[in-house]
Amino acid sequence: MSDTPTTGIAFGRPTGIVRLFGERFSQRLDLRTLTICGVLLVLAVAVAVLTLASGEYQIPVDQVIGALFGQASAKLHMVVVEWRLPRTLLALIMGAALGVSGAIFQSLTRNPLGSPDVIGFNAGAYTGALVIITMTGGGFVAVAGGALAGGILTALAVYLLAWRGGVQGFRLIIVGIGVSAMLTSLNTWMLMRAQLEVAMAAATWGAGSLNGLGLDRLLQVSVILALLLPCALILSRPMHQLEMGDDAARALGVNAEGTRLGLTVVGVALTATVTAAAGPIMFVALSAPQIARRLSGSAGVALLPSACMGALLLAAADFLAQRAFAPTQLPVGIVTVCIGGLYFACLLMREARR
Amino acid sequence: MAEMNEHDPERTTTSRLSARDITIGYDRRIIAEHLNVAIPDQSFTVIVGPNACGKSTLLRALARLLKPTAGEVLLDGKTIHGHPAREVARTLGLLPQTSIAPDGITVADLVARGRYPHQKLIRQWSREDEAAVIEAMAATKVTGFSHRLVDELSGGQRQRVWVAMVLAQQTPILLLDEPTTFLDIAHQIELLELLRELNRGKGQTVVAVLHDLNHACRYASHLIAMRDGAVLAEGRPADIVTAELVEQVFGIACLVIEDPVSHTPLIVPKGGNLHPFEEQFK
Repeated sequence: MSDTPTTGIAFGRPTGIVRLFGERFSQRLDLRTLTICGVLLVLAVAVAVLTLASGEYQIPVDQVIGALFGQASAKLHMVVVEWRLPRTLLALIMGAALGVSGAIFQSLTRNPLGSPDVIGFNAGAYTGALVIITMTGGGFVAVAGGALAGGILTALAVYLLAWRGGVQGFRLIIVGIGVSAMLTSLNTWMLMRAQLEVAMAAATWGAGSLNGLGLDRLLQVSVILALLLPCALILSRPMHQLEMGDDAARALGVNAEGTRLGLTVVGVALTATVTAAAGPIMFVALSAPQIARRLSGSAGVALLPSACMGALLLAAADFLAQRAFAPTQLPVGIVTVCIGGLYFACLLMREARR
Repeated sequence: MAEMNEHDPERTTTSRLSARDITIGYDRRIIAEHLNVAIPDQSFTVIVGPNACGKSTLLRALARLLKPTAGEVLLDGKTIHGHPAREVARTLGLLPQTSIAPDGITVADLVARGRYPHQKLIRQWSREDEAAVIEAMAATKVTGFSHRLVDELSGGQRQRVWVAMVLAQQTPILLLDEPTTFLDIAHQIELLELLRELNRGKGQTVVAVLHDLNHACRYASHLIAMRDGAVLAEGRPADIVTAELVEQVFGIACLVIEDPVSHTPLIVPKGGNLHPFEEQFK
């Protein structure tokens, strides 16, 4: 495949080189990162299969795998492939989307606390959903649309408020925290004024849940992610250059503001897609990139391991949400907040010790 | 000053990079107006001046990082903002005053990032990339610790790594903004010697902003002295550096003598309380 298996340079990490098609294609591969990605993916798939097997109706794992490959009874096929599979696949791809989104914002802000939550997206999405639920009483499409509009408008407002001839990561975080706090109090006020059933509907949406998501939602989400994820991968090269500072990156030919705007749009769109489909799922975007980075030891956050870690995290959280207090089904957002809270406490303690 | 001949008397007077009547500043604060500067090709040009004289701002304008509000910076006879960013990045490299090494990056990985303007999405590690990184690391003597984390290095080593990153860019023109500021004297000399080698050996045009006037006189083949956003003098250090010029630029009284080692001008500040010693020189 490659004519030079290793490089003459000591990169300090296992490195592989691929050169193909008369060297028109060449890549330098970080083998440890790739291994970690592989392991995380295998784990995520394993958790997914476990989720498919368990439920009110337990199915042995070998029969689940048989059903996935079309070698099972019609009844088994219906339970595994038609009922359980769309939701499990959604957990995987939405987890990956959140992981990538978090990696983008952490790279942009050069801060492990950077995430779509930080620039006010989730608070804004909740405001949007609340307005729709209060005014129209709900309906999935209307609420999703309201959440999208709210989240994107908030992100845009934060971006513009943080603009001083360019956007700096730290200013983005500070402005984001301020705007989030104001929106959160607005949300509380709206909930307190609302009638009981409206408040109930809003709270259910606000917890973030995969309950009841089916094939139609899977198709919509996968089409959007199939468009967004390649954009993120293309932008990841200038993104890594930007980590060296604007001047260094621009001197290397990077369009700093354009790249940043593009990354912000893709990052917000990824989170928006997930939020529209399932409500706000917190902490996956925040924790997945950092856990992946610790595992792979890569320089800065990287998109691919973050995606794999996000998929594993959300799949595992969804398994817990379904099985931890069965038959009671928890919203997956509750589980991610618990896991994320633990992670957050660890992170803060580490930072405080330094 | 016979040794001064080593500064290439046949130096070409052509200039690929120049600023023509530029006005530069940040927001609405003007730093310099109607500035004219030409960087002689293959020269080791050093820009000196007191703090806030506009020397770093000028360098940023020359590097296309700052757009002049009037006038233009010319690269190969064409306004630099008319060139695509990546094309400029293949012609001139810049070491900014402060750069950030991403957490957990190794030396070789950071140096490899200098190849960005030569790479494409599907062509990210060609043989040329590899050769350029090997060469840049050898020239800066960082090959021996190319596997180590940048965070673990000493200040001098780290600065050499950053220079290697800019060298890997393989540009005929190299701009450096105060590259010696955070280094001790040994590492300052080491870095300046390295820049001189690049300048003489490969004929790379080097433009550096320096704080130390004596270093500037010693290493520059072309000196630009600035104050309050204006160029006060420009030329070979031996031709332009006088006690009057230093007083004009930095506002200090001094003697200018010949450096016994390099035979370039050596500035000896008089200072306020040194009058008894001053008598000795009269």
